[in-house]
Amino acid sequence: MRHLAAGVEGSNPTLNIIIFAIFVAITLVIVFRASRNTKTASDYYAAGRSFTGPQNGIAISGDYLSAASFLGIAGAIAINGYDGFLYSIGFLVAWLVALLLVAELLRNTGKFTLGDVVAFRMRQRPVRAAAAVSTLAVSFFYLLAQMAGAGGLVNLLLGIQGDWGQNAVIAVVGVLMILYVLIGGMKGTTWVQIIKAVLLILGALAMTLWVLGKFGFNFSSLLQGAVDRGGASGPALLDPGKQYGKTGTSKLDFLSLGIALVLGTAGLPHVLMRFYTVPTAKDARKSVVWAIVLIGIFYLFTLVLGYGAGALVGPQRINAAPGTTNSAAPLLALELGGPVLLGFISAVAFATILAVVAGLTITASASFAHDVYANVIKKGQVDSKQAEVRVARITALVIGALAIVGGILAKNQNVAFLVALAFAVAASANLPTILYSLFWKRFNTSGALWSMYGGLAITIVLIVFSPAVSGGSKPMIKGVDFHWFPLENPGLVSIPASFLLGFLGAVLSKEYNAKKYAEMEVRSLTGAHAEKATAH
Amino acid sequence: MSTTDQDRVDETGPGETWQKVQASPEFAELRRRLRTFVFPMTVLFLVWYLVYVLLADYAHGFMSIKLIGNFNVGLLIGLLQFVSTFLITWLYVRYANRRLDPVADKIRGEIEGGAQ
Repeated sequence: MRHLAAGVEGSNPTLNIIIFAIFVAITLVIVFRASRNTKTASDYYAAGRSFTGPQNGIAISGDYLSAASFLGIAGAIAINGYDGFLYSIGFLVAWLVALLLVAELLRNTGKFTLGDVVAFRMRQRPVRAAAAVSTLAVSFFYLLAQMAGAGGLVNLLLGIQGDWGQNAVIAVVGVLMILYVLIGGMKGTTWVQIIKAVLLILGALAMTLWVLGKFGFNFSSLLQGAVDRGGASGPALLDPGKQYGKTGTSKLDFLSLGIALVLGTAGLPHVLMRFYTVPTAKDARKSVVWAIVLIGIFYLFTLVLGYGAGALVGPQRINAAPGTTNSAAPLLALELGGPVLLGFISAVAFATILAVVAGLTITASASFAHDVYANVIKKGQVDSKQAEVRVARITALVIGALAIVGGILAKNQNVAFLVALAFAVAASANLPTILYSLFWKRFNTSGALWSMYGGLAITIVLIVFSPAVSGGSKPMIKGVDFHWFPLENPGLVSIPASFLLGFLGAVLSKEYNAKKYAEMEVRSLTGAHAEKATAH
Repeated sequence: MSTTDQDRVDETGPGETWQKVQASPEFAELRRRLRTFVFPMTVLFLVWYLVYVLLADYAHGFMSIKLIGNFNVGLLIGLLQFVSTFLITWLYVRYANRRLDPVADKIRGEIEGGAQ
């Protein structure tokens, strides 16, 4: 416990805070400059659709490479070896679903939200309400995981101990995020993500070259270093199964996780919303290509960093540090470049949380203002676009406050399952409806509602009664055991069930709007009358 | 500054125009070209990913075979997932630029030109 109070040994919290403060100052200036052109709903939600494909691709990787995928994957590889690598592959291959099936058609059809696309040829109010419910659910689970992670990072990197110190830092992160979103809208948020992505990727590149240099640019000797340092379980680091290979159930769990990872990405609302920030579908395609290349290269870096942390820091020190696996990458930075590099990596880790929560908040607030307020409550008869944007800003404020409170309450909980839950909900409640709407003529309101509400309900019920919540090895609620579903990841059951529900709901209803389907199909494939960029 | 906030989800031309375009042989060709590429490719990469996950999950012996130094079959297949992802991305972009965009642009030009 002594270590918990000390943060990472050799870390210089003042230096870490200064580097982070510089990042905040620079991004705030940019956000203020961006805010001068934020006037209409299209500016606020979609940055006037004025970003280029490459810019948006970098922002997507900034949005997608969360603290979980930077600190989490590097740490998982350092401790569990090969099994940690499997996360990267699922997270990367998932982008092919977005590239081939979703990105361009979504950009051509929609305006601001997921609801725009799935409600296109359906009865507007019920389907938009369902899309908003699932968007808010995914965003909230993801947001809570990020904010709780911020609490852990504070302990790890700034050496701030005690409840009040940590609560204060979570509140600061929340307030900064609200500022970015309220002032800068989507344009400000996007610039924060671009800057953060560039810093993160350059930092990871420098560390990767440094690690490889230490082993004479020989990957096999790097692996040997990790094996030697790993002690008795060292050789197992190179082979699959160290983490998930123990029992039949854990193997099924791994399969379930793998499926949710690959199908979840193309249903994540904050990823989908990014496709609306470019002028055309062709730019959406370019964005995904840039994102795939950057994310792919970054995951190759984490492979080196993970084994590098195993070889140069060693699992004993990582497990003894506060935050355990999450501390692998920061400890490696300290080992390589001393307190300055650690300070840089710490600041990047904080910037990562800030950028990801800002992206989630703007998505959730857009979904509430555009789908629920403008189309469900006001039935599409909003007096002015300004009113809708005002509602979005108030919603962002409320979500920000909820995230701060949630982050403080959840900070000592094991919330790792929340990210898996967010991916499982995205893959179950969103993806089937998106694909059916875009490609299946016969799909209708009833199918969309069955699939979205059914998928959401099944996923949440299975998680609540899973070993992640009670009765497992690291449950959220200790002391009781009410689990009956054996897997921590519900995807294996919930994803096929949601596809099936969408199919059944559609065939059991006679509703079919031939004209709207014709309009949707022609628009989605050709881009005719797609939302244009605003000229400034 | 000129902003045009377009609100035309429900007002984009009469439904008949869309249905006429949808029924045209040109559009059928565009749909056919898109689907004959993306559907088989999606099946291909999902099966290939699933094979990889199942091997990593249930074929530990095979994945642990060392090839060069410490570099084993598992790492090779894992890195091949990266290669295949990059390759499919490149193939799709090339296909879309050559076979999809020209047809889509032509149909879009006809719709938007005719509406004005």
